[in-house]
Amino acid sequence: MRYLPHTWEDIKSMLEVVGVESLDGLFSTVPEGCRLKEPLSLPEPITEWELNYRMAGLAASMGAPPEYRMFTGAGSYEHHIPASVSYLLSRSEFVTSYTPYQPEMSQGTLQGIYEYQTLTARLLGMEVANASLYDGASALAEALLMSIRITRRKQVAISTLIHPLYRQVVQTYFAPTGFSIIELPYLQNGKTDVSMLGALDDLAAVAVQSPNFFGCIEELMSIGHKAHESGALFVTAFTEPLAYGLLKNPGSQGADIACGEGQSLGIPQSFGGPGLGMLASRMKYVRNMPGRLVGETVDLDGKRGFVLTLATREQHIRREKATSNICTNNSLCALTVAMYMASLGGGGFRELSRINYDKCEYLKAQLKETGLEISFESPTFNEFVVEFPVDFEKTYARLLRKKIVEGIPLVSYYPELVRHYLLCVTETKTKEDVDTLVQEVTS
Amino acid sequence: MKEIGELNLPDDLRYTESHEWVKTEGDRVRVGISDYAQDQLGDIVFVEVPQVGNTFEKGQEFGTVESVKAVAELYMPLGGEIFSVNRGLEDSPELVNKNPYGDGWMIEIKPSDAGELETLMTRERYLKMLKEIE
Repeated sequence: MRYLPHTWEDIKSMLEVVGVESLDGLFSTVPEGCRLKEPLSLPEPITEWELNYRMAGLAASMGAPPEYRMFTGAGSYEHHIPASVSYLLSRSEFVTSYTPYQPEMSQGTLQGIYEYQTLTARLLGMEVANASLYDGASALAEALLMSIRITRRKQVAISTLIHPLYRQVVQTYFAPTGFSIIELPYLQNGKTDVSMLGALDDLAAVAVQSPNFFGCIEELMSIGHKAHESGALFVTAFTEPLAYGLLKNPGSQGADIACGEGQSLGIPQSFGGPGLGMLASRMKYVRNMPGRLVGETVDLDGKRGFVLTLATREQHIRREKATSNICTNNSLCALTVAMYMASLGGGGFRELSRINYDKCEYLKAQLKETGLEISFESPTFNEFVVEFPVDFEKTYARLLRKKIVEGIPLVSYYPELVRHYLLCVTETKTKEDVDTLVQEVTS
Repeated sequence: MKEIGELNLPDDLRYTESHEWVKTEGDRVRVGISDYAQDQLGDIVFVEVPQVGNTFEKGQEFGTVESVKAVAELYMPLGGEIFSVNRGLEDSPELVNKNPYGDGWMIEIKPSDAGELETLMTRERYLKMLKEIE
């Protein structure tokens, strides 16, 4: 879509057509007190070249791969993106298409979303996936609201090992609702402590993330049993869906709703966005699912076709009674993820998952050998937590000058975890990268 | 869609402005939606009913009915406690289209004030209201 600003002549002729003298006249129905009197507080305009220069300067102030070797994950993962994905995505049919307001005319768009839904449902082992949401954090918030609609209960229990920023988004969603959130603490082994679940009744949902924010793999099956015993739905979240190439998927572990972030599957990190909210559930809850769904059908001649299905739950039809009024589907990102999964195939996906696990285990073993403390003993996927010695800040700064980012410090999210760092290794790191890191840390 | 003359509106029922019908059965009343309502909605694909034991005021929303083209709210014709719900609609919501006054019933209420029944419309008044809508 092009941005075509109006000239004063354009504005004047439009005002004449509607029969008002000035722009202020056009806005006369807006109450006086709501109208802005002063100009917006913005800097003076600059030229295109000045702007480019300024943006280049901002970009240069950041550390990003491949210039930097980033051993960071924590919800945003550096993975190779096959050239086939970038190429296909650059096609204008995909890049320029907007949401299908006459959906059945847009069979290609609908098919793309349908393929994404199918691949997502299979990856997560769930019966139905929606057309996607904004990001992992809003997908979790929506999953919890969905549980509240289904169970008609008013409180949820969520693990403190769910990504801290996701939990903040959940707080934001819940603040005006009157629904309450109970946070489940974590154990010394790096897993969620669910011992208080038995004492809580009236829970709509129990939510855990696996692999969790410390990288540890939760025992989903047993937590799911506990959730179901209390009559709650079991919600599983994820920040790294690649893990399901190796781990048992949420559906096979008793999840009622699986939700999380799809950035890992072919979407560039791009300083944190856009991402992709993935959400899937059991079929019996489909009517309470937020957002859009594409279904497969046949036309009058029996030919395969695609439709928006169950649209009567959506915000443009059901207005304030919709399953969600704060969602959209992230079509282009969903398409990216579908292309990525199709490019890898089931075998490739499993293999890549295994490589991530192996490389991460290699770093873990090397650091252990140097005598460093691996904070939590539970099995991990491609991230883990290390406790570094006193004065490590100096080492961290020295590594940064050498363009190596040695994980992220956890203390700002978990104040008790001073000098604990969350490290991530994906397929983008070579053995040399890892060996260099270990050498630098110990030198 | 049906002409007003084609609508089936039994004499022994009471009707609401939001197109529910009410039938007295001993100390309970049975509730569904009228032939007019099911006809306007078209093919019904889902009916959401409340949990047994819940209590609602007259006029409060107790559920929803969803067709292929719209979703409509269901409102309590009388205040009271939900005594039973029609489980048959879970798998066969189309019963509301086929037989809105029989197998297509939705809930049974134990009214808190049976006198409220008298405030509901008779067949004649409901028919008059429908003619005014059309």
